[in-house]
Amino acid sequence: MSLDKATVRRIAHLARIEVPDADLDPMVKELTGIMNWIEQLKEVNTDAVAPMTGGTDMTLAWRKDTVSDGAQPEKVLSNAPDKHDHFFSVPKVVE
Amino acid sequence: MAYIIKGETGDWEVVIGLEVHAQVISASKLFSGASTTFGSDPNSNVAFVDAAMPGMLPVINAVAVEQAVRTGLGLKAKINHRSVFARKNYFYADLPQGYQISQFDQPIVGEGILVLDMPDGSSRAVGIERLHLEQDAGKSIHDIHPTKSFIDLNRAGVTLMEIVSKPDMRSPDEAGAYLKKLRSIMRYLGTCDGNMEEGSMRCDANVSVRPVGSTELRTRCEIKNVNSMRFVMQAIEFEAKRHVDVYENGGKIDQETRQYDSAKGETRTMRSKEFAHDYRYFPDPDLLPLVFDDAYVASIKATLPELPDDKKERFISQYCLTPYDAGVLVGEKENADFYEKVAAQSGDWKLANSWVSNNLFAVLNARNLSIAESPISADDLSKLITLIKNDTISNRLAKDVFEIMLETGKAPDVIVEERGMKQITDTGALDKAIDDILAANADKVAQVSAGKEALIGWFVGQVMKATQGKANPALCQELLKKKLAQ
Repeated sequence: MSLDKATVRRIAHLARIEVPDADLDPMVKELTGIMNWIEQLKEVNTDAVAPMTGGTDMTLAWRKDTVSDGAQPEKVLSNAPDKHDHFFSVPKVVE
Repeated sequence: MAYIIKGETGDWEVVIGLEVHAQVISASKLFSGASTTFGSDPNSNVAFVDAAMPGMLPVINAVAVEQAVRTGLGLKAKINHRSVFARKNYFYADLPQGYQISQFDQPIVGEGILVLDMPDGSSRAVGIERLHLEQDAGKSIHDIHPTKSFIDLNRAGVTLMEIVSKPDMRSPDEAGAYLKKLRSIMRYLGTCDGNMEEGSMRCDANVSVRPVGSTELRTRCEIKNVNSMRFVMQAIEFEAKRHVDVYENGGKIDQETRQYDSAKGETRTMRSKEFAHDYRYFPDPDLLPLVFDDAYVASIKATLPELPDDKKERFISQYCLTPYDAGVLVGEKENADFYEKVAAQSGDWKLANSWVSNNLFAVLNARNLSIAESPISADDLSKLITLIKNDTISNRLAKDVFEIMLETGKAPDVIVEERGMKQITDTGALDKAIDDILAANADKVAQVSAGKEALIGWFVGQVMKATQGKANPALCQELLKKKLAQ
């Protein structure tokens, strides 16, 4: 499998990573290498195995519906680069 | 009746599918123990998971699962005993994770059915495609500061059910009926309060058109986040006409997300096109598959209330109501309960329906009150009907008593007693009133004798006037006929 330049540019944009044009070619090569490495998994016969997203047989643990968290706006906002009263503050985004 | 758009090249029909986001009623959020209370101080209902602090892990709320299954059962839908959470990736200031935890190809609820009650009394089934669980986003506030947006994460992580219909609706009215019915079912179930103004129920509409008789599905546009049933209907109407105009002028429709401007009554393209449909879903590695068994589903099923469709059927057979009348009464469970109480206590389902549905609902609508805030209790309305039935007051006087009940909040029997409004059923008392009127109108008496029988009505009116409406009309007519025949 090989990726093209346009695809890599698009993926970078969707992930909001700025990639200068000069870096695109090396990145295409690098990502294609990773993809090909992963593709080796296709060599394993999985006909009798149901699709899975993890390696364990476990299922989700549930918690009770009780209010046990929150009421800590100072802590929640303590890393905010910009804030106003108890709001996070960001450059204006309007539809 | 079919909804047709008359174009220059022919007739068109509209194809509508709705996606509803319904906020689940629960104390805490989907994956954190922070409160879901509406209107709290900014960022006071936020756990570190909701703020996407590194290293925090989501843990699912048992009630969120139960409410989704409950809603699925209410929609007679397939419940999936195994479902998977996925990440839907996009960037927005009020989405601190950079992705929304949602469900993609393995939702908790599959196909179901919702029956629309149309205004003409007819019914029509609409397919449900799926229902899945997902997180709500935070809230951006744009109007406090000139160059900044303020972010409040209180809503971030609150449980949403996204309920997707099949593209089965063919008119704005059907879309309205769908929303009304879905809201009603969720309120019966106690899974969502259905408050569109507060945003606990939000709707996206997928709209396309096609020539009448065609079965193709043409390119659709999605109208996002419309916040009232009326606006959803208006937006669909506008959008369908726009599609017809574009096609008839030789253009083509782009699949896009649009916004409804209720002030201008039009839809327009949303600027943030780059979001569009490239969410790169993948299974959330923080969350194992959600699994439960038959016994769990059965235990929820055992607690379902009588739902609107069943209640409507019962009202039709038990109280002989028309489908339309029954539909009006069962829309809100509290209204249906109120009606049943009045019908049982007064022993007259028919009068109960007319006094509840016509007289009382008209007052409640005009004053924008819910049945819980009704100025007249079910007990008092039942008493009023009993007074009519046992001939204590006439229908005409009952309307006056009803008005006085609204004003004073007093019980009808007290009002009738205090104001001397009891019907005169005593022939002796009526005899005198009638004799006086006959004596004063000898000319008209003569006309009746000459065959002008219609004048009897006029005499009844005079007697009613003389007795301030308290005469029993039937008795009055009988006595008059007897006397005039002499």
